[in-house]
Amino acid sequence: MEFILSTGRSIWQGEGIEAGCDSELYFDACARVEMDPDDMERLGLKENDAVKVKTRYGEVVVYAKTSTQAPHRGLIFMPFGTWANVVVQPSTECTGMPNCKCIPATTEKTDERVLGAHEAIKIYYADGEWGKRAEELKSYYDIH
Amino acid sequence: MMREIKNVPCPFCGCLCDDGVVIVDDNKIIGTRNLCRIGHQKFAHAQKGRFETPQIRKNGKLEPVSLDEAFDKSAQILANAERPLLYGWCSTSAEAIQIGCELAEACGGIIDCTATLCHGPSLLAIQDQGAPSCTLGEVMNRADLVIYWGCNPMHAHPRHMSRYSVFPRGLFRKRGRRSRTIIVVDPRRTDTAKLADLHIQIAPGSDHMLVHTFREIINSYDVTHETVAGIPADAIRETIEAMGQHQWAVLFFGMGLTQQMGKDRNIDVAIKFIHEFNKYIGTKTVLMPMRGHYNVAGSNVTICAETGHPFAVDFSRGYPRYHPGETTAMDVLYRGEVDAMLNIAANPGTSFSNRALAHLAKIPLINIEPHNQQSMQISDVVIPPAIVGVECDGTAYRMDNIPIKMKKIVDPPENSMPDTVILGEILKRVKEYV
Repeated sequence: MEFILSTGRSIWQGEGIEAGCDSELYFDACARVEMDPDDMERLGLKENDAVKVKTRYGEVVVYAKTSTQAPHRGLIFMPFGTWANVVVQPSTECTGMPNCKCIPATTEKTDERVLGAHEAIKIYYADGEWGKRAEELKSYYDIH
Repeated sequence: MMREIKNVPCPFCGCLCDDGVVIVDDNKIIGTRNLCRIGHQKFAHAQKGRFETPQIRKNGKLEPVSLDEAFDKSAQILANAERPLLYGWCSTSAEAIQIGCELAEACGGIIDCTATLCHGPSLLAIQDQGAPSCTLGEVMNRADLVIYWGCNPMHAHPRHMSRYSVFPRGLFRKRGRRSRTIIVVDPRRTDTAKLADLHIQIAPGSDHMLVHTFREIINSYDVTHETVAGIPADAIRETIEAMGQHQWAVLFFGMGLTQQMGKDRNIDVAIKFIHEFNKYIGTKTVLMPMRGHYNVAGSNVTICAETGHPFAVDFSRGYPRYHPGETTAMDVLYRGEVDAMLNIAANPGTSFSNRALAHLAKIPLINIEPHNQQSMQISDVVIPPAIVGVECDGTAYRMDNIPIKMKKIVDPPENSMPDTVILGEILKRVKEYV
């Protein structure tokens, strides 16, 4: 189903990042996509189901959560962090700032595992997984 | 012996609350009072999970080395690089940033701070338009209309509303919250919106359009559409009318405006809106960016004082050059220009976008950071520093550019030195190598 993806801060993300990026607090706070309760129902998702969030720039598996900041039908929210950054638009349009809000995205239920914070950095960037997938999506060289 | 240290500035967000109480027992932090839950975590976690020694990556694994070796290796990497990037600076002292500027000049690199990823576009707009602003004390004493646009202070700046803008009683606002009107503009019904008198739930990505509609009404043009940005035109007219009935208004804006399409242009129109509001309506209106980390405003102030430009300063031609979009950290990484990076007091693992991180993984990364954060996975040199505001003092600037002296609460671990010393040592060695 198609959504608009926004990323941003949440208090639990702030707390998690100060408690340490390898802490459970951080993982719980950031490896998630917050959805409107109506959208969850329409997709047949339950709390804590693994979902794949896909944009033109990448894809990442996170847990679905019912948003505490609802209603926001048609909008999904990911806390600013390792997982959200896999799918944001990296080009900056000559301002120095990537587009982190209002990115067209799709979500689907998946059986894949949610990666840990350090693991995600290692697999996506150190091992080059993000680059490979972006090349498959043919978006590595024409991201605007 | 247990002791309480009072009036401690909190080294987390741009609010820099300086009324914190930290309880220390025998050089160990055991508790805090007055701080928000994020500020509490900052102090509670500061001494846990620290690196004891500097480390260098050998055969794909980080291995402990002596301080001398780590400084030497860092200086070699920076001196041999064609286009090094010195990034971070948001959670360290202004004194360390001064040395950082000198280091950037010595190695002919680019110095950029995390403002590039939060309020960089705001700075661009402020350079274009100017910014009518004020201090937070003035907001507390005078504001009777507070607008939060594209920000969620209940989550990102938890004590902002209770200390500066909404709840405190001020000189001319004796009844605190009851003498103020709060308007929140956000596509989600956030926790801040739940506290507001009016929540304008706009369609995502249409902030620019809505501000323009506000300007249209103020300039006495007709709004021809029935709804704009998902809001009925009548409601927008009524909002402007209600806003005009106040004496002193402040607009706080956050990432909602700077991180979406339009970026600096969104702030441009917001500033124009403020100008016109002052000109035609008569309500005194100011605006202020909601700065993220505690010294991100200070990094702009300091880099500007040292080089003449607020961020993204390139020294590769021997003199400071500023060209956002070309010399900003994200862009040089995105285009793959950078061949070495020094990261200090920031966390690229959580804040850089995918393609920038993909390039960062390929180049040497020197990380001056006390805790095991994600970017350690791709770091080549790790130097643990003392944490500013907890283990060493320094100057930081609040979001309204007021300098505040940070306090030393406890002694740092044995091998952790202040950022100023670490950067000074690297600078000394870089000058020898270059």
